[in-house]
Amino acid sequence: MQELISPTVVNLTVFVLSVFVGYHVVWNVTPALHTPLMAVTNAISGIIIVGAMLAAGPENLDWGVVVGFVAVLLASINVFGGFLVTQRMLEMFKKKEKSKPEGKS
Amino acid sequence: MSINQIAIAYLVASVFFILSLKGLSSPLSARRGNVFGIIGMIIAVCATVILTKNWELIILAIAIGGLIGTVVARRIEMTQMPELVAAMHSLVGLAAVLIAIAAVNNPEAFGILSDTGGLPVVNRLELFIGTFVGAITFSGSVVAFGKLSGKLKSAPVVFRGQHQLNLVLAVIMLGAGILFMINESWAPFILMTVLAFLIGVLIIIPIGGADMPVVISMLNSYSGWAAAGIGFSLNNTMLIISGSLVGSSGAILSYIMCKAMNRSFFNVILGGFGGEVDSEDTASGERTYRSGSAEDAAFLLANAESVIVIPGYGLAVARAQHAVKEMTEKLLDSGVNVRYAIHPVAGRMPGHMNVLLAEAEIPYDQVLEMDEINSDFSTTDVVLVLGANDVVNPAANVPGSPIHGMPILDAFKAKTVLVVKRSMAVGYAGLDNDLFYMDKTMMIFGDAKKVVENIVKS
Repeated sequence: MQELISPTVVNLTVFVLSVFVGYHVVWNVTPALHTPLMAVTNAISGIIIVGAMLAAGPENLDWGVVVGFVAVLLASINVFGGFLVTQRMLEMFKKKEKSKPEGKS
Repeated sequence: MSINQIAIAYLVASVFFILSLKGLSSPLSARRGNVFGIIGMIIAVCATVILTKNWELIILAIAIGGLIGTVVARRIEMTQMPELVAAMHSLVGLAAVLIAIAAVNNPEAFGILSDTGGLPVVNRLELFIGTFVGAITFSGSVVAFGKLSGKLKSAPVVFRGQHQLNLVLAVIMLGAGILFMINESWAPFILMTVLAFLIGVLIIIPIGGADMPVVISMLNSYSGWAAAGIGFSLNNTMLIISGSLVGSSGAILSYIMCKAMNRSFFNVILGGFGGEVDSEDTASGERTYRSGSAEDAAFLLANAESVIVIPGYGLAVARAQHAVKEMTEKLLDSGVNVRYAIHPVAGRMPGHMNVLLAEAEIPYDQVLEMDEINSDFSTTDVVLVLGANDVVNPAANVPGSPIHGMPILDAFKAKTVLVVKRSMAVGYAGLDNDLFYMDKTMMIFGDAKKVVENIVKS
């Protein structure tokens, strides 16, 4: 009989590899963009909305669905707020790039 | 869609998130990075909606939350970014706790029902970790938000036996969590969550306002780990991937901030720095220093060939960035070479000063990092220090000084130094700054914004 790999081990594999990817990607972020980085990671951690949607998903409405509803609401504040505020900040960096096209980055 | 197709959609979304972070490596590709992030999020949300039964309710929740988020993102002032970020961390933490509660209530909704009808033991363990990290993130961020927005006093709150108390609470919390893992009952789960909320408050209150860059980065990291923990308990790889991307990002930022202050992470976390030191250096007023007016400063600046501006926390507080921009333009028009030097911990969060200067439309090629500009100070005529203190303190080069080894901006090497400050008070390191007593230094007392406006006028 064949043994199946437990989901926890699969999860752990994914986890460790993503930490490495995150580590290498983030070290390349220029210090001038650390605040936008934080805002965009804020939006990305809003991905927890996926879990919240599952909680709000079941057909029969019990209090668990209500809790899920609130969680979806909170997470979507993060998603929208995070991406939009990042956009706003990056627009500010863009303006100057036009006024001084010869500048080094 | 089958469960496998959804998993593929999640994979695609995760790749977009990685590309999004990668885009931030340069201001040129950063906007594209943000768009990638948005695409990833849309894919993930659309794939998940298909799994749920009552999508109307979910769309309603997203609409309400999205509206609030949009309004806040539009209205927020750039000086308030740290508060906004802290508030958003708390939302992630709270959402993680709510999801965990929903999962204990109805594991079936998440497809993690065990054969015996409850949660499998491993998932209970993961759930308990995700919950307490989420709870600590939530209450910790609320306190950080309070301190940043001035609703709570930013001075560290320290009392005897604090660390022992935290330790005891943490042990009880873990005990309750393990009990929950064994018998899956509500009582230990609730006890654990409540204790985690309390611990979140207790670990942030002893940390002083000036250490906020580290605290924010740390909570950023926690919010990611909380999402990853929930991902583990729901067997959702996308939550794990995104959560750990955010978690490692926050951890790196915390490390960079600590390094820039030459302090270990534990030193910051254990807290208490910056509050008790006020009484240490009261005798400093006896030393002589030169003070001048804004007119004197204007004269010096106008006759200089090269100027470096060092903005600090004081500039952010006084919201002087636009006045600074005006001054810079005047100087540039009269042929003075003006640049900005930014210390990594300037402002209240990593990179905060860059955003404030960007908001005032100061071109980013005039704004330099510490390593890029430090060798140029010796050939600079005038350095204008605006509301910064410890980051220009030459004591960092003196062995034995408490801040010895901290990287600083070498302002003392310039021919003339102008320091705009509200008073002779010490910075948060509680140290007298020798720079202020040098013969070539002129102090200008006052609010950074008013002083700069006066300089512009004359």
